[in-house]
Order: sequence, then structure tokens, then C-alpha cells
Amino acid sequence: MSRNVSTIRKVRRGLVLPALVLLGWWGIFAADLADPRIVASISDVWRYGAQMVGSGELWGDIGASLGRNLLGFAIGVAAGLVLAVLLSLSAWARLAVAPTIDALKNVSAFAWVPLIAIWFGLGEGSRLFFIAFATFFPVYFNAMEGIGGVPRDWLELGRVYGFSRRQAVTRIILPAALPSIFTGLYVGLIMSWMVTLGVEYMLTATRGVGHLLLDGRDNFRMDQVILGVLVVGLIGFALHAIADAVERRVLKWRGSSAAAQVL
Amino acid sequence: MATSLDIRGIAKDYAVDGNVLHVLTGINLSIEEGEFVSLVGASGCGKSTLLRLLVGLEKDFRGDIRLDGKCIAGPGLERGIVFQEARLLPWLNVEQNIATALLNAPIGEAEKRERIAHHIALVRLNGFEKALPRQLSGGMAQRVAIARALVNRPRVLLLDEPFGALDALTRSHLQDQLLEIWATEKITAIFVTHDVEEAVYLSDRVVVMAPRPGRIRRVIDIDLPRPRDRGDPDYARLRAHVLNELTSASEPAAVSA
Repeated sequence: MSRNVSTIRKVRRGLVLPALVLLGWWGIFAADLADPRIVASISDVWRYGAQMVGSGELWGDIGASLGRNLLGFAIGVAAGLVLAVLLSLSAWARLAVAPTIDALKNVSAFAWVPLIAIWFGLGEGSRLFFIAFATFFPVYFNAMEGIGGVPRDWLELGRVYGFSRRQAVTRIILPAALPSIFTGLYVGLIMSWMVTLGVEYMLTATRGVGHLLLDGRDNFRMDQVILGVLVVGLIGFALHAIADAVERRVLKWRGSSAAAQVL
Repeated sequence: MATSLDIRGIAKDYAVDGNVLHVLTGINLSIEEGEFVSLVGASGCGKSTLLRLLVGLEKDFRGDIRLDGKCIAGPGLERGIVFQEARLLPWLNVEQNIATALLNAPIGEAEKRERIAHHIALVRLNGFEKALPRQLSGGMAQRVAIARALVNRPRVLLLDEPFGALDALTRSHLQDQLLEIWATEKITAIFVTHDVEEAVYLSDRVVVMAPRPGRIRRVIDIDLPRPRDRGDPDYARLRAHVLNELTSASEPAAVSA
């Protein structure tokens, strides 16, 4: 009971600042202090949002961004997990490959943009590549850490019961590493959403939330820009919530969540 | 009775910083079928290492270990092991944890289910089949570990200080349960402990080991009728005898003897 009360209190206290921002936003328009070339009013944004939802255009943009985000994310996750499992099975491969990946992580994904754009063009393939690339690193590193941290005692259990290497991976190593793997998926999901917007700016897309934002700036449509920012925030929030719910379900045996540790 | 486990001329060394450490040397021990034998000794006497050799988890040693005449080379389902910690996999429930031991057992699914149910009943955990390890007390977790060790119907049950981390009351309950299981399953049991009281209460024979190098100092028969009475004067006498051997084994002067 007391936990519930304090949770409500926390939520209430957390809502104070956003409420003040909204009030201030409303206030500067009510007092006629705002320059509409710099900022749009709440009612303008609302009206524009309603119109975009009504015409279906907004869903098109959101769909385009989310689609490329999730596809790139899936590719990055698959690559990160497969490589981590393979390297964990072979010390030789680990020594040969891991240092290069360690070094590569120091180069920001965006630093590769000009090179990749010249080699592979400004198409969807390049965009997906970057999203996958950005997802790969947190997924790979957290999986490596999780797999490396599997207690020897548990691996010994597998030896005692005659587990094959495959059985050891699927029945002990991966489940034991799952909390770390989830941390990686979580960070990867956040990164992939950030990079999705980034590549929509840099490798100009004709559809997507990034395009909505750029288009708004180019046409001095501040209502469009602010709507774009709100949509980006809401989608980020939704992705968090979904990842959190999935993790809670899968890691029920642990009784806590990586999301809570990351955030 | 027939000899079940025959340990001949076991020696094991570790290299530590260029120095050779004799963990075990000259270990000879024959254990009969259905016998309950305890290994006691101060830390560093190699009792847990000897048990790990019997499990098959350590490969690099001299001498040989035969189970029913066959040399032990690596772990096998005919030997069950209970470690000091329960070592349950936290994402699996009680039933599933026990089932991991049967993953590669050459029996059908129906037989597996039947055996799991039988062994859950044996350690009196009916109703906890679906419980997760974090919901279990230390004593319950260790009972699951015992069920997992027995579910393959091994010839030998190896226990490495299984009750060491439990409170006194739980420990004494589990000792009685273990004796019951041992009697009904007619299994050979080898029990590592540093607790003399526990060793004397449980065992047919107590093997007192001495450290540096790890070796057998004395094997003491505990010829007391079962069930045993901890207040019995003979029991007290044997306990004092084992304790005396153990303390003199730990004294540096005993090494040169």
C-alpha cells in the first residue's frame, strides 16, 4: 500500500515540470509575446496534427520511420547476437575478431555516413545499414559480457549431465546471459530510433518523421516541426514501454528489469 | 557386499607460481555397494578435490578410479552430485530443474515424467513443482538438488558439503531425510563435510584426511545401530575419536610423522 502511495506521489511530482512548460507555452501566446516564425501555438500544433491524422499522412510518415527502424534493428540484433555466440564458443575466433570490433565501436556511426553514401548511394539500403550498424554494437557488447559472465558452476552442471555444446548454449549460456542481452536490446532499440531520425536527415528520405521535421523547417512551418518533435518523443516512449513489457515477461524469474537499470 | 567404488593410488598436483602443490597423494579407498562414507578434514586437505575427481570434473590426475570395475573418465549419469550450493538454474522451475539431469538420459518422455514426480515426492516437495528457485528456502533448494542428483537413479551419490550453508535445524532435518532416502534407494553415498558430528551421525565409515599434502590419515568405522541417537555414549566416544584424529591431523607436527 505504502509503495502505491509513494508511486502516485512520484508521478505527480514528475508531472509538475511538464505542466509548467505547457502553461508557459500557452502563456506566451495568451500574452501575445510569441513570434510565430520561431514557435507555433498549442492550438496550431493541435490543428495541424488533427489534419495530418485525418488525411492519413502522419501515419504514412510514422509507418515509414518505424518500419525502417525495426527492420534495421532486427538486422543489427541478429548480427550482434550471432557474432557474440560464435565468438564465445571459440577462443581463437574471439582473439582474432573481438579487438577489431572493440576498436570500431569508437567510431561514431554517423562518421561513416559520407563514405557509405558515396559507395551505396542515398537509398533505403544505406539507411537500413546505418540503423543496423548502430544497433549492432550495444547488442554485441552486452551479449559478450553476459555470455562471459555465465557462472562456471552452471557450465559445470552441463558437463555433469553430459550436455552437448549446443545444449549448453541453448539451455544454460543464452538463458543465463539473457538479462545482459536484454540490456543490449534495450540500448540498441533507443540507439536505433535516434539513428533512424539521423539517417532520415542525412540520407534524405522522402517519407518518415525525419522528413516531416526537415520539411517543416524548410517551409518555416513551426507547427509541423513541433508536431514532429512530439511524435518522435511519443514513439520513443512507446518503444520503451513495449521493450519493458516484453522484458518483464521473459525475465519473470528474475523479478527486476534491465530497463530500470539503463534509465 | 561387492565393492562399488575402487580408488587406487590417486595423486593430483597443481602448479602454483612455478611451485608444485600436492593436493592429493597416495589415496587408496574401497567403498562397498550401499555404503555411506564421509570424508572429513580441514580446508586444504583435498576432500572436495577428491570428490570432483569422482564426479569426473577433473581430468588431470594419477591413479585410477573404478566404478563396478570400469574406469571413470569424465562425468557420467551413473554418478549423481549435490554441490554445496544448490546450483539450480533460476529461470527453470523445480520440475524443469530436475528434468535438466534427464536431458540426455536414454529413457522415454513418460518415464522421465514419472521419475521426476517420484523424486519430487521423495524429497517431499509435492506442490512446489512449478515454484521458481528464488521462491524456495535454502533447505528446499538443496532438496531439489538432491532430487536432481538422484533422478537418473545413479549407482553412487556424491555430496560436497551439501548442508554447510544451512541453519542448524534445517541441517538436522535434511540429514534425517537424506538417511531415509539413502535407505530406500539403497544407494552408495560419499559425503564431504568439515563437520565431525554430521559425519559420525550419517556414516558407516568416516575417512579423516590431512592437509599438505592431502592424504588419508585414518578410516574409522562407525558401527552404531541406526537410527542413531546423538545422546548415546558410544556415539559421543566415536565423535571424540574422529575429532581427535582430525585435530592431530591438522597440527604441523603430524606432517612429519
